[in-house]
Amino acid sequence: MRWVNRHVRRGEGFLLGSLPILLLVLLYLVLAAQRHALNPMDKVLPLPGGMAEALSSLLFERDLLTGQIIFWADTVASLQRLGIGLGIATLAALVVGLVLGALPPVRATLGPLVTGIAVIPPIALLPILFIALGLGETAKVALIVIGIAPVMVRDITAHVAALPREQIVKAQTLGASSWQIMIRVALPQAMPRLLHAIRLSLGPAWVFLISAEAIASDVGLGYRIFLVRRYLSMDVIIPYVAWIALLAIVADVALVVASRKLYPWAMGGSH
Amino acid sequence: MSPLLSLRNIWLEYGDKIVLENVNLDIEAGSFVSIIGPSGAGKSSLLRVVLGQEVPTRGRIFLDGEPLLSECGPDRGVVFQRYSVFPHLSALRNTVFGLECEKAPLSARLFGKARRAAEAEAAEMLDAVGLGHAMHVYPAQMSGGMQQRLAIAQALIKRPRILLLDEPFGALDPGIRADMHGLIRRLWRDNGLTIIMVTHDIREAFSLGTRVLAFDKRRHDPHAPHRFGATAVYDLPLRKAEPEETPDAADQGQPESKESVGHG
Repeated sequence: MRWVNRHVRRGEGFLLGSLPILLLVLLYLVLAAQRHALNPMDKVLPLPGGMAEALSSLLFERDLLTGQIIFWADTVASLQRLGIGLGIATLAALVVGLVLGALPPVRATLGPLVTGIAVIPPIALLPILFIALGLGETAKVALIVIGIAPVMVRDITAHVAALPREQIVKAQTLGASSWQIMIRVALPQAMPRLLHAIRLSLGPAWVFLISAEAIASDVGLGYRIFLVRRYLSMDVIIPYVAWIALLAIVADVALVVASRKLYPWAMGGSH
Repeated sequence: MSPLLSLRNIWLEYGDKIVLENVNLDIEAGSFVSIIGPSGAGKSSLLRVVLGQEVPTRGRIFLDGEPLLSECGPDRGVVFQRYSVFPHLSALRNTVFGLECEKAPLSARLFGKARRAAEAEAAEMLDAVGLGHAMHVYPAQMSGGMQQRLAIAQALIKRPRILLLDEPFGALDPGIRADMHGLIRRLWRDNGLTIIMVTHDIREAFSLGTRVLAFDKRRHDPHAPHRFGATAVYDLPLRKAEPEETPDAADQGQPESKESVGHG
């Protein structure tokens, strides 16, 4: 049987999917054990015991300076920045995307500006943000927003503009005004696309968050990773990276589930 | 009686391509006009002009003696071949939409008593097109025929002066199409509608219409085929006014249509 026709059952899929991950973990453990056999003080490839030990001090001991548990303080700070940034970007994408997509004169006026902003590498704007907004939270959130909003705006604009002309005409023959078409025809149909756009923006949002935290911060997951890098503390960096990956996966799954629950009509391609 | 819809010297041009050339038409209230013709003969363009989706380059259109605004409005309903219904709304919500737009300009939503009244009206309309059992179903879960029924219900709830159909049954299989012919004929007769239908199916045009317009180019320049536009080259009134001749059963429409061709 040709490989393109092979159907993978659910249980098999789980098994196949976990195989490469397990192999990678195994490879890491073998390499780490080898290095530790040569040098018990090795810091580059820490063993799971070492990671647990390093992490437990971040998880269960309070920081002498702030009195907070560092791991959770880092997580809360990072998620807060990410959440605010994503929220602002999502709102902007929805409002601007809807207006640009539905109203041709506005699209003609503001479209080139949005395109222009979208092609600027956001990291190049980071110094400007730090100079203009200081080193506080605002600059970090602004970097996330500037980094992901233009792409989301363009995506929603394109999606709304591509709604079948027949639908827009039909709505008008039913007496709908521009405003009514925007809120009753375009907006609901843009929503599933918006959730999709958030999913795709999560990765870049993390990149901009970590970048901003690495450069100027005093708390946060990215800050911690870049701080302990100075001491070659791979036993902290690796668990932190795994934690970030886990958070990202949870957010992605939550968005998929939400989209399926909230917009069942959008999944109706196959009956 | 003055005609319901009048087209006077309508020309439609895209750049140097002439699509419609000097179209003059009078359409009486209560008539069922079928428009046939080869592809690219401007049938759908004419429909878009009447609909207000396109502005004619020259000429004027009158509805009830009033010049027509060149924008779509609730006085002209439409059913397209596809994409006429809103995929994110259930059948009932799709049908209520027209009432909501009229009564709630800002939110385009009705609540409480007004909503129940609108929903009752919509439910009645859905019953009339045979979708009474599928009010809470989304279009993606419907067959093509059901979607077209819904599109018709959605348009009729606004009680348009003219209903425009752009190859409404073109994407349906033959059995469903026969059912739809029965439905549209019944709705036309019971509600006293005025219908303009563009179709590729000549049999359909003659079996449903009280008047058939054939669109084509009168003149043809082999060196510059785009320089002559199309117009109504044949205008065939059919004697189909007697409603008792049209039985309810949809499938009996075809033999009757052949007779009508003879009369025309």
